[in-house]
Amino acid sequence: MKRATFNNISVPVLLLVPQLTIIAIFFYWPAFEALRSSFYLADPFGFGATFVGIDNYTSLLKSAEYRRVAVFTLIFVALVSFFSLSIALLLAVKADRVIRGARSYRTLLMAVYAVAPPVAGFLGVLFFHQSHGPFTELAALFGYDLKIGVNRTDTTIALVTTAVWNQVPVNFIFFLSGLQSIPKPVMEAAMIDNRSQTSRFWTVTFPLLAPTAFFLLVINITYALFDTFGTFDVIFRGEPANNPLSLVYKVYVDGFRGNDLGGSSAQSVILMVLVLALTVFQFRLIERRIHYT
Amino acid sequence: MIPVEDLLNDNGISFDINDYIAGVRYFYADANDKMIGMPFNSSTPIMYFNEAALEEAGVSAPTTWEEFAETTAPALKEAGYIPLSQSHLPWIFTENFFSRHNIQFASNNNGYGGTGTEILVNHPAIKAHFKALKEWRDADLFEWYGAGWGDNQTPFEEGKVAMWLGSSASFGGLKQKVDFPLSATFLPYWEGVNPEPTQTFIGGAALFAMSGKPAEENLATAKFFEYLTSPEVQYKWHRMTGYVPVTTASYELAKSDGYYNEEPAAEVGTQQLQKAAGEFTKGYRMGFYVQIRDVMNREYGRILNGETSVDEAFSVIEEEANDLLTRFARTQG
Repeated sequence: MKRATFNNISVPVLLLVPQLTIIAIFFYWPAFEALRSSFYLADPFGFGATFVGIDNYTSLLKSAEYRRVAVFTLIFVALVSFFSLSIALLLAVKADRVIRGARSYRTLLMAVYAVAPPVAGFLGVLFFHQSHGPFTELAALFGYDLKIGVNRTDTTIALVTTAVWNQVPVNFIFFLSGLQSIPKPVMEAAMIDNRSQTSRFWTVTFPLLAPTAFFLLVINITYALFDTFGTFDVIFRGEPANNPLSLVYKVYVDGFRGNDLGGSSAQSVILMVLVLALTVFQFRLIERRIHYT
Repeated sequence: MIPVEDLLNDNGISFDINDYIAGVRYFYADANDKMIGMPFNSSTPIMYFNEAALEEAGVSAPTTWEEFAETTAPALKEAGYIPLSQSHLPWIFTENFFSRHNIQFASNNNGYGGTGTEILVNHPAIKAHFKALKEWRDADLFEWYGAGWGDNQTPFEEGKVAMWLGSSASFGGLKQKVDFPLSATFLPYWEGVNPEPTQTFIGGAALFAMSGKPAEENLATAKFFEYLTSPEVQYKWHRMTGYVPVTTASYELAKSDGYYNEEPAAEVGTQQLQKAAGEFTKGYRMGFYVQIRDVMNREYGRILNGETSVDEAFSVIEEEANDLLTRFARTQG
């Protein structure tokens, strides 16, 4: 195969400049600022800062509350990724088989993608409202007193449900296009070999979907970690209290509510390292084992 | 920042801190009682009650928590009501709890003395109060709907809860929403803790004038402050919202206008702010206090859900709050 190359270095550089400028201004600069201020203790009223070395990090590691938030975030990310991937896969497999009115089904399933996380959070508040929420009333029929904002487990249920509902459409779109790109002859050959739909799915379809699934897994982990912030904020209605906080929400609470910029920056640096690790994991481990066709 | 007292004096506007009603006077003042911020929308926690519900249960509004526990609450429960809810545990049941009983809340003269303050929240009286709250909740004598203000107020408006502790500033809104006879009284106290209860202090906000502005701007700011604290303007805000009239003159205007004959409950907040003062009723001053309140809310929620014990929770609050105070002191160093 013939490779297309540039004779002159200046053209590719020129073409890359806009992209690099944007990355530098909106990513590297803030990331550097966060790293720098994580070594300082800032005055809450904005009158200067004192260098404290790694104190912000050590006090985080010593904090029992920070550990609790980290553990909850882990559980939350696992629940959201698992449910939004499996529900989306189920829907995609079913939608793939539909022939009549397929377009309308798909559009309906994808529509939720347009809902922004804070709006999803607001809908969550309405559905799980302490006294008028339909889900609260439904739970009451089964004798369960669902109380978001009071009981941590109930608040977690509301958070996970809302976040999953919001994320399923994205996964659905990817899974559906993944399913549709599986070559017909492969499926037909499988059909001759094996009559069972379930076993065909697990032995043929699912492995062929693996690249999509792993890509989505990473996307879902970052979604659950970061993009759900708006959902958390709306469901908590500005009161962290005894609600289950996520790591990102805690960055906000300490930095913007409490004006502790140093402590908050140290937390965001920890999150940056986490994302870096996730990216390395994605490229090194997963991409090596999964073969894209 | 220019202290409001200096700003007004420098611009030829007469200022006397004693023109302000007692519970408002020193909340935004420094350690030497000089007023720094100008209180504008000030309110204090009071107890609202549904008169019809109390009548049905055959009780009157309690003045002490002992009376609440022994008489009022069981009767209201019997009549089918949830006796009590409240909307802000740190403000009503912590800060103002200390003020109402005249107990020291923080070292360094409640923190007015500068940084290096330690919180004294781990006190037997407040621990006994939270133990009682947990027992009342378990016995359906008190309900807690989370840290959201509205979640605790709504059941009162709907008539499910008979008495609600909220802000005097909620009066204007409540009056329009409820369809039962609304009344209010002072925040109850524990007779066993202090048989001679003291005043509460305020919540709300103040106006601060920034330094480094030209003289004309300062003059304009001073004139604006004079306008905002004028009796007519304060009375108007008081009537529309329920925030207290911050000066004696505006309070007198409300009285002479006959407002409290129409709405006796509207006077409760102001009267409570003028009750006997004590050594520890001026207010408090602590850094990173927003986070300290968040820690309180977190631990209080855990107490009421039975996830931690009162003793454990208060030692956690004390420890985390003091860590935050030390951290704050370092930012000022």
